[in-house]
Amino acid sequence: MYDCSSITEWIHGLLGSFMPDWLVILTECVLIGVGLLLVYALLALFYIYYERKVCAAFQCRLGPNRVGPAGTCQVFADMFKMLIKELITLNHIDKFLFALAPYLVIVASMLAFAVLPWGNGLQIIDFNIGIFFLVAVSSIGVLGILLAGWSSNNKYTLIGALRSGAQMVSYELSIGLSVLTMVVFGGTMSVGGIVEQQKDLWFLFSGHIPAIIAFIIYLIAGTAETNRGPFDLPEAESELTAGYHTEYSGIHFGFFYLAEYLNLFIVSGVAALLFFGGWMPLHIPGWDGFNSVMDFIPGTIWFVGKAIALSFVIIWFKWTFPRLRIDQLLALEWKYLLPINLFNLVLMVLMVLWGLHYPLPN
Amino acid sequence: MSTLQDKIAKLFPQATFEDGEFLLVNIPDAQWHDLAKTLRDDEDLAFDYLVTIVGMDWTDRLGCVYYLTSTKHARHISVRVATEDRDNPMLHSIADLWHIAGIYEREVYDFFGIIFLNNPDMRRLFLSIDWKGYPLRKDYDEDPALNPVSTENERQDDNTYSWVETPDGKVEKKTIPVFGEDDFVVNIGPQHPATHGVLRFRTSVDGETIKKIDVYMGYIHRGVEKLCESLTYPQTLHYMDRLDYFSAHNYHHGLCMCIEKAANIKVPRRAQVIRVMMDELSRIASHCLFIGTYCMDLGATTMLFYTLRVREMILDIMEKTCGARMTFNYDCIGGVMQDLAPDFQQDVKHLLEVLPANIKEYNKLFTGNVIAKNRLEHVGYLSREDAISWAVTGPSGRASGWACDVRKTDPYSIYPELEFDEVTRTEGDSMARFKVRLDEMVQSARILEQLVDNIPQGDICAKVPKVLKLPVGHWFQLVEGCRGAFGIYIESTGTASPMRLKIVPPCLPLAAVVDHITRGGKIADLITIGGSLDYIVPDMDR
Repeated sequence: MYDCSSITEWIHGLLGSFMPDWLVILTECVLIGVGLLLVYALLALFYIYYERKVCAAFQCRLGPNRVGPAGTCQVFADMFKMLIKELITLNHIDKFLFALAPYLVIVASMLAFAVLPWGNGLQIIDFNIGIFFLVAVSSIGVLGILLAGWSSNNKYTLIGALRSGAQMVSYELSIGLSVLTMVVFGGTMSVGGIVEQQKDLWFLFSGHIPAIIAFIIYLIAGTAETNRGPFDLPEAESELTAGYHTEYSGIHFGFFYLAEYLNLFIVSGVAALLFFGGWMPLHIPGWDGFNSVMDFIPGTIWFVGKAIALSFVIIWFKWTFPRLRIDQLLALEWKYLLPINLFNLVLMVLMVLWGLHYPLPN
Repeated sequence: MSTLQDKIAKLFPQATFEDGEFLLVNIPDAQWHDLAKTLRDDEDLAFDYLVTIVGMDWTDRLGCVYYLTSTKHARHISVRVATEDRDNPMLHSIADLWHIAGIYEREVYDFFGIIFLNNPDMRRLFLSIDWKGYPLRKDYDEDPALNPVSTENERQDDNTYSWVETPDGKVEKKTIPVFGEDDFVVNIGPQHPATHGVLRFRTSVDGETIKKIDVYMGYIHRGVEKLCESLTYPQTLHYMDRLDYFSAHNYHHGLCMCIEKAANIKVPRRAQVIRVMMDELSRIASHCLFIGTYCMDLGATTMLFYTLRVREMILDIMEKTCGARMTFNYDCIGGVMQDLAPDFQQDVKHLLEVLPANIKEYNKLFTGNVIAKNRLEHVGYLSREDAISWAVTGPSGRASGWACDVRKTDPYSIYPELEFDEVTRTEGDSMARFKVRLDEMVQSARILEQLVDNIPQGDICAKVPKVLKLPVGHWFQLVEGCRGAFGIYIESTGTASPMRLKIVPPCLPLAAVVDHITRGGKIADLITIGGSLDYIVPDMDR
């Protein structure tokens, strides 16, 4: 695999040759920030288009097909429309919290971007508790949703926010536990380390039964975590109009909208990292010819491709299943997913102890 | 008939009787409540289903005609109660005997100003609370200056009123708050995706649990009954399209039959067959839309497109013959407007070919789904007794085990010759209401199969006088709409327009019963239950 860290080191060296150290760090931060924003916007646009086309296919429709070739410019038009729309100021709301909420949501998903393994050596920050950081920052989002619902001073948003609070806190447990299961298996919390462990075989295959259970639970909990159907109760359209973001307009609404799609990417990205090897190509032990062919496909394509493929499954859920009710949603988590998850964690620990899995490289 | 009359005459000597389609009993107001109780509770009478209350203004008297049906003996009776006091008309309420009477009496109060003693909730039903006058009274002042179009927010009253008889015979007006002091009331509607129209539920919730719902209607009240009084009979037909717009054919059929019955017009066989075929096509289209929108309410958006695919085929068939996709205006007095389109039979056959596969697909995608089962089963249980007492007819009533299909109980047109089953279920929950509609589509397809190759040749319309005048009298006709029993009451004084044309909408009871079956459920259940009842707001508001 081509290691992209040589490029980043070369840039670092180049900047270091005529700048003081602190300025180098600052410049790099700015560069990465701009790059991240760009990727963020492009991914969101892609995802909106992607979901529309996928959902149209499920529903025997064509989806966007008028603006640009195959409707590709539709999302740009829509996003531009959202940007230039008026931000309606409401009376009787908590103006500060109301304005703060969308930023919290979007910051949470931006932070999570920092630890995703974009490619070999293409990680913004790789430190020993990367997974822990990811789980931590992704829970900031719920704060934004709660604030949005509370500060709007509207009964629908309040109910939406309360639902969201109950849902997120519950499903965070499942996400955390299934991530923990995989951390036990990989033996490291570093994102780079986890990818490296899947050099020979992806975790989903080398960890077999417990890994598959963890994957299924992760996928369910991840769907719930992104507030997508069939778990879209906080914004259940037919019940609460638009739930917690009923009162938002213009780009503030756009932030929620973008964050929803970006969270979809993050959830799929983390699933790709934990179960499908992150940027690691598909390797099958013993098939060296096949493996070296696979290596020719760049890691970034592997990672983004896996994430998009997993997103397809989550989108598939949404356009197939009806919505759950709040008590059923909580029952599913607390009565089924959580006990299974705890049991699965024990199973994984035993498996690792007794070495019943495909041997890991380190 | 006579045994019924003898029995009532023995118990209530003050009662007088008139023969007609059904036995008509005249009873003074003082005995009315007792008679009503006897009619309902006596084993031999057992009139447990209150079809409608027709408010009337005979200029010298104000009053009501009550239509009652016994589901046990399959008998009908009508009772007329009147008062001569025009300034302060009062009748006794029967809201304690039939649940649905409460809301029917509110309608009469709204239109005629008759106060029903002991009814716990005497508010206007459709008109705004500031409305001056009672529009269906014959001496109503139509001057627009009296009731100008309001540019202000509608005033709203948080109290309801009740006129109660005290033991010493006096009448006392009581004020009752609709909700408690500390209730958290959420407005669901009038602009809301799941109310299927401009209907408003004032919902008092405790967290996610529903404590009480106050149904607030009248946002699309157009005064159809009032308008009809100044139109000729053929003109009144056009309003039937605009009630339940998915049952347009069935409603037209109902009014046409009522007028034909009164004018003694014999409809040609070909027209009869065409009418029934159109009714059944409407039913399939309507149930398709129900399934689609219902699943969409529950979050399964994709189903809508699958069901619309079939509905679209039916709309194309309609369009070819009727020239419209929505307000068809096809049935006319004496028959139908135009002959069938040349490829009607071929199109219907094609529809019948693809329908079974589609229904199978709906079952695969939704009915068997675990989430769908959890959302629908045991949600919004309505017992058979309550269904009858609340007059919940149609598929919703049949889901509770009440065989209330008018096509079977009071067969009309060519239905007696046709082979089809009345679909009933016993569970009474939302899933049962959903499944009944799915099965009814199959039955409707069965009817179409029998007819599609047997459309007789001949006239499509009988000879009808240019100016149609009905003789003096009154007539009542029930038909099976897509959502329940649709009734038409016409009272004529011998002129070219009706003196009173009362529409009995199946959707009014469906909306009224929502409060009863959602209590204790979750907010999401309100959507499940409301959707499963499948009311159409223009139908209840008229």
